[in-house]
Amino acid sequence: MMLEKGLEEKTFYLNLGPQHPSTHGVLRIVLEMDGEFIVTADPVIGYGHRAHEKMAELRTYQQYLPNMGRVDYLHALAYNQCYCMAVEKLAGIVVPERAEFIRVITSELNRISSHLLWFGAYLLDLGAFTPFLYCFDDREQILDLLDRLTGSRLTYCFYRFGGVPVDIDDDFIAGCRAFIQRLRSRWDDYDNLVTKNVIFIHRTRDVGILPPELALKYGVTGPTLRGSGIPYDIRKSEPFSVYPLFDFEIPIGERGDVLDRYLVRLREMEQSLRIIEQALDKLPAGPIMAEKVPKRLKPPEGEVYTAVETARGEFGIYLVSKGDVKPYRVKLRVPCFSNLSVLPELIKDTMVADAVAILGSIDLVIPEIDR
Amino acid sequence: MKAYVKETLTGFYSLLAGLGVTIRYFVKPIVTVQYPREKLDMSPRYRGHTEFLIDPETGSHRCNACENCARTCPSGVITVTGVKVPGTKKKRAVTYSIDYSLCSLCGLCVEVCPTHALKFSNEYRLAGYSRQDMIIDIMARLKAQQRALGLPEEVPPAPEAEAAAPEAAASGEAES
Repeated sequence: MMLEKGLEEKTFYLNLGPQHPSTHGVLRIVLEMDGEFIVTADPVIGYGHRAHEKMAELRTYQQYLPNMGRVDYLHALAYNQCYCMAVEKLAGIVVPERAEFIRVITSELNRISSHLLWFGAYLLDLGAFTPFLYCFDDREQILDLLDRLTGSRLTYCFYRFGGVPVDIDDDFIAGCRAFIQRLRSRWDDYDNLVTKNVIFIHRTRDVGILPPELALKYGVTGPTLRGSGIPYDIRKSEPFSVYPLFDFEIPIGERGDVLDRYLVRLREMEQSLRIIEQALDKLPAGPIMAEKVPKRLKPPEGEVYTAVETARGEFGIYLVSKGDVKPYRVKLRVPCFSNLSVLPELIKDTMVADAVAILGSIDLVIPEIDR
Repeated sequence: MKAYVKETLTGFYSLLAGLGVTIRYFVKPIVTVQYPREKLDMSPRYRGHTEFLIDPETGSHRCNACENCARTCPSGVITVTGVKVPGTKKKRAVTYSIDYSLCSLCGLCVEVCPTHALKFSNEYRLAGYSRQDMIIDIMARLKAQQRALGLPEEVPPAPEAEAAAPEAAASGEAES
């Protein structure tokens, strides 16, 4: 480009967020722009900081349970499960098998609801309004099922140390089976509406390519990593709960672009349906709560790390106990923090519209990053 | 050129296919519930704020003001006071209120209750104009429910001792 004499090429700064519909929370990204193109991107986090880790040190083990539903409100049950697993491991509580099955069924339902919400919200980012209404209709069925069981619709606090407080009944099982049928009949509609849509493909194909090496370097996990072709899933690589009993696949992408991450999530929902189906078939009879879990829990001195696969990646809890009624230290390893840190590399040299497409494809829950 | 034409045609078809889905659902029954004109039934296990379970035997609550719920509450929102029932060693709750604006509906208070006196209500329309509106007096709610059911209203065990001090009730008990 020819420049007039006296003028020099300058970059300017543009704020994406803190409050912007496409950031899904209070995330601010400072973009250094060269015309339409992004030169550097600098995420600014911490607007939703609630000191969840510090709170753990001031509360008893039971009292920290409701916090777990609020770190990541979209897949709250996986966080519940991880915390319960950590404390159970530390205190040596053995969870009955039926309780583990109920945990898996509800957690996988929650995973589907999280992916469905991402599906709708992401397409809103890309400017498609219709799919949002379809997936929220489906998500509503899950929320109704979980509402009937757990009593809440979003920030669940359902698992307890040693099991689950409420058993599932025939209504719930029948409802689950009906939902599996229903969602499977909707895949064609989703494909016709979105996956095959030429506008959608042009917006996403070969946009925001994340090479596997870069993903590993930043500690990216979850569908974002699997979209780059690395089949890393805690449910397979470090099996927890009763996941080894089920037959399911880990969908992976080939190119690592936005479309691959989209497809991985869509296929993951089908795999979750398979897990739920098998769990309902194999559901054993028996107690749902371990015997003799003290009301005032005092795990012995020690430290423990447990990890689960949430809808966004690996969530881990590092818990240190000094033999008190309160944890000495709780460290939460949240997936979105690592997934966000790779974003500046991804949106370099792209346009703002593509940056929004890439940002959405990572599926960030901002309060989880800030926690 | 051939590929371009092919892509254009398949692309155009994909848009029509998407439109086809929309048209198909257009003629299907509406799933939207027109709240507030229509309301859905809440599931029986829905967690609203807590309320007293009415004991079918006594027609009243079972709370003995042990304050287990207040101690276990992560946010410390429960305030319960009780007096000793004259003639027995038991206590009985006189006031019970929760600060619903801080409640996280975890259900620990319901689970910890030794007499199973609490349950979740199905109340979900709880908007208020001030913070004070969020402090829910469960005892008053119980009395309203008892009136609605035609049961005798809950009477505190020792109304005259309540105003003075719990010790008065205790000493009265010692004399008897």
